Amino acid sequence: MWKYVLPLAGFGLLVVAFYFGLQRNPSVIPSPLIGKPAPVFSLPNLHDPQAQVSNANYRGRPYLLNVWGTWCVGCRQEHDLLNEIAQSSPVPMIGLNWKDDSELAKAWLEQLGNPYAATAVDQEGRVAIDWGVYGAPETFLVSADGQILHKHVAPLTREIWERDFVPKISAAIGIPAPAAAGAQP
Amino acid sequence: MIPELGHFALILALCLALVQAGFGLAGAFWRREDWMAVTRPAVAGHFVFVALAFGCLVASFVANDFSLHYVAMNSNSALPTFYRVAAVWGAHEGSLLLWIVVLAAWTLAVAIFSRGLPTPFGARVLAVLGLISAGFMTFTLATSNPFLRLMPAAADGNDLNPLLQDFALAIHPPILYTGYVGLAVAFSFAIAAMLEGRLDQHWARWTRPWTTVAWMFLTIGIALGSWWAYYELGWGGWWFWDPVENASFMPWLIATALIHSLAVTEKRGLFKSWTLLLAILGFSLSLLGTFLVRSGVLTSVHAFATDPARGLFVLIFLFLSIGGALALYAWRAPKLGSSSGFEMWSRESFLLFNNILLVVAAGLILFGTLYPIFVEWLQLPKVSIGAPWFTWAFLAPMLPLIALLGFGMHAAWKHARMAQHKKPLLIGLGLALLAAIVIAVAVFGSAAVLTIVGLTAGLWLLYSSLRDPIARMRRGHSLSPSVLGMAIAHFGVGLFVIGVTGVESYKIQKDMPMRPGDVAEVGGYQFAFRGLRNVNGPNYVAVEGEFRVTRGDREIATLHPQKRMYRVQQGAMTEAGISVGWTRDLFVALGEDLGAGAWSVRVQYKPLIRYIWLGALIMALGGIVATTDRRYRTVKASEPVSQGAGAPAGGVAT
Repeated sequence: MWKYVLPLAGFGLLVVAFYFGLQRNPSVIPSPLIGKPAPVFSLPNLHDPQAQVSNANYRGRPYLLNVWGTWCVGCRQEHDLLNEIAQSSPVPMIGLNWKDDSELAKAWLEQLGNPYAATAVDQEGRVAIDWGVYGAPETFLVSADGQILHKHVAPLTREIWERDFVPKISAAIGIPAPAAAGAQP
Repeated sequence: MIPELGHFALILALCLALVQAGFGLAGAFWRREDWMAVTRPAVAGHFVFVALAFGCLVASFVANDFSLHYVAMNSNSALPTFYRVAAVWGAHEGSLLLWIVVLAAWTLAVAIFSRGLPTPFGARVLAVLGLISAGFMTFTLATSNPFLRLMPAAADGNDLNPLLQDFALAIHPPILYTGYVGLAVAFSFAIAAMLEGRLDQHWARWTRPWTTVAWMFLTIGIALGSWWAYYELGWGGWWFWDPVENASFMPWLIATALIHSLAVTEKRGLFKSWTLLLAILGFSLSLLGTFLVRSGVLTSVHAFATDPARGLFVLIFLFLSIGGALALYAWRAPKLGSSSGFEMWSRESFLLFNNILLVVAAGLILFGTLYPIFVEWLQLPKVSIGAPWFTWAFLAPMLPLIALLGFGMHAAWKHARMAQHKKPLLIGLGLALLAAIVIAVAVFGSAAVLTIVGLTAGLWLLYSSLRDPIARMRRGHSLSPSVLGMAIAHFGVGLFVIGVTGVESYKIQKDMPMRPGDVAEVGGYQFAFRGLRNVNGPNYVAVEGEFRVTRGDREIATLHPQKRMYRVQQGAMTEAGISVGWTRDLFVALGEDLGAGAWSVRVQYKPLIRYIWLGALIMALGGIVATTDRRYRTVKASEPVSQGAGAPAGGVAT
């Protein structure tokens, strides 16, 4: 008699597991680097290969690091938002051009707009590995004393920017977070 | 205008589906003939409006209406018309609409071909199908509407994912869905039987052809998916145990068990609860698969959407439909009971093992597929479950199954006299073993244990499945489609086993840098890299390599693998160059441009790989043949029916 209830009971368990599974956000892959010091790097500047771009120069104020490549479809998706952020945000954005062709990268920025205060070229991907990057685009927020405050994987959207980054940036630079989403189209 | 018409048509279809369901169930419960009579016209109307909605979406794609968000996301003006139509089901919303259209078509078919069913039973079947359709349409309208407008309209679209710009996209989803969704018919028959509180051999006879046809489409659909992955992805693999692949394979295993279990219920009135449970499980796994690929609960290269909001909706739907069905089962199944017995050596016992082994295989695959979810929930060890687990989880029940299959085909009902079969079958086994060793050593040059086992099993199955038909023909008996279908299908299984064993045991793969003028040697064939040229496609540019393949001094083929760059999505795609043969495939794919004229090239030798898909197709062929058997032709309602299933006194059996 009881064996006939087994399938229903088993299914019930499954539903509970799925409900739990839905609560997880699949894009939240816990980054082991959150709260840890950001790896220091010094890489060639995309626009001036003789010069170096180093995040050590940004010590003392928070900054964003955006990992991108011309081969990455998601980067194209978020690029317009990055341009807007660059104009309105109080923190600078460093671009990490990852495993890319420099000529293509320069043309891309010229064509689509350059939101980066400086762009570092990580041809081999070693710096990306240090930062725990495994896909593009990824965006990091680093505090003034060089700690990784937040990491976002996948293209940035306005909701995510306002929900995850803006409060932390405001806290990092010590001003109250802006009230609402502002008059953005 | 057209999208709005489509949207409205879908809403109307939802209303009609609810009418179909409501009047069907209420009419059967209260024995109102006039209410039950509403179901068939409702089904027809439901189908018409769903088809209209689908047509409007197709029209929007063909006309490049980029003011529709879904069209803008999945199409492009440079996309060839053929792919514009196929793009309709290239992503989540459109594929849901396809699901709904296919279900409406199946429901219409049931309505047309089931006039011989007792009225209350038929009304209940159509009602359940209507409920399922209503659920999906509500889901679509509420969370995944393909008719949403984009304001302002896009100038041009995002293009169809290059991976999908292939002939197989036009046929793989529709055929797969026809199978997947077709299991809803068996499910509905099961629910209707449980609502009535009665399950007999007539029920099995009605259910069988519908299930076999759905199984057949599912077989072809899965084989198509495998074949497509093989030539499109550029890696030469044919099965990856990806969650979405598993989501289609598990229903197939259960459906296979179901068609065999139905045979027992039809012939001997046994296995009733098994058959009921399998009918519920088969479609439940289809629904589960739908949930998995759209909710973000599991990551997969195949996943349509990762939207937890949609996931929650589907989960509630799953809970109600599958939970409801299983609750009905828990309530009704104990009362079904069977009186006849069978001996240990009988067709019934072979089929019982068949049921058990297939369910075990499906269960193990389900466990492996869902493991990541349980890891988080129950804090289980974070072990990654991949191909090794699935391969063994599948082989472990399947090897005994194949052994049983060879004998079971010849077992008689109730009491099998195996003595007369034992000797010829064992001799056949011995010959198969000998042939396997000869093939392994003489043709391929190496013989691992599993290889010998696989080849022996496959060859023995070929022999075993042909034995009975040939013996009958020799005696001058005619071959009924049922017997012939069974033989063909099991022959297909043998081919499949040989194909898998061959390619997995003896495939050779080499990745190497090559320059024009280089020659690679793989599996006894020489691949000469002749050169590269640029090619312009309708919506892509490509680099094409030319490879001349020879064996000694015999010219085999010239292959043209391409590396394409699709203009809009800026994605690179590999098109492999494949030489197809009766005994082997030769596979060349371009990798990366290494600079200085060199390219990384992947060359593969794939022996016997075509038999995998040929085997599957022949299995499906066996299914169609079996369905044409005369006893499944429509039974007229007035035909005297035994076993007390006569009077359409549906009512509620307590």
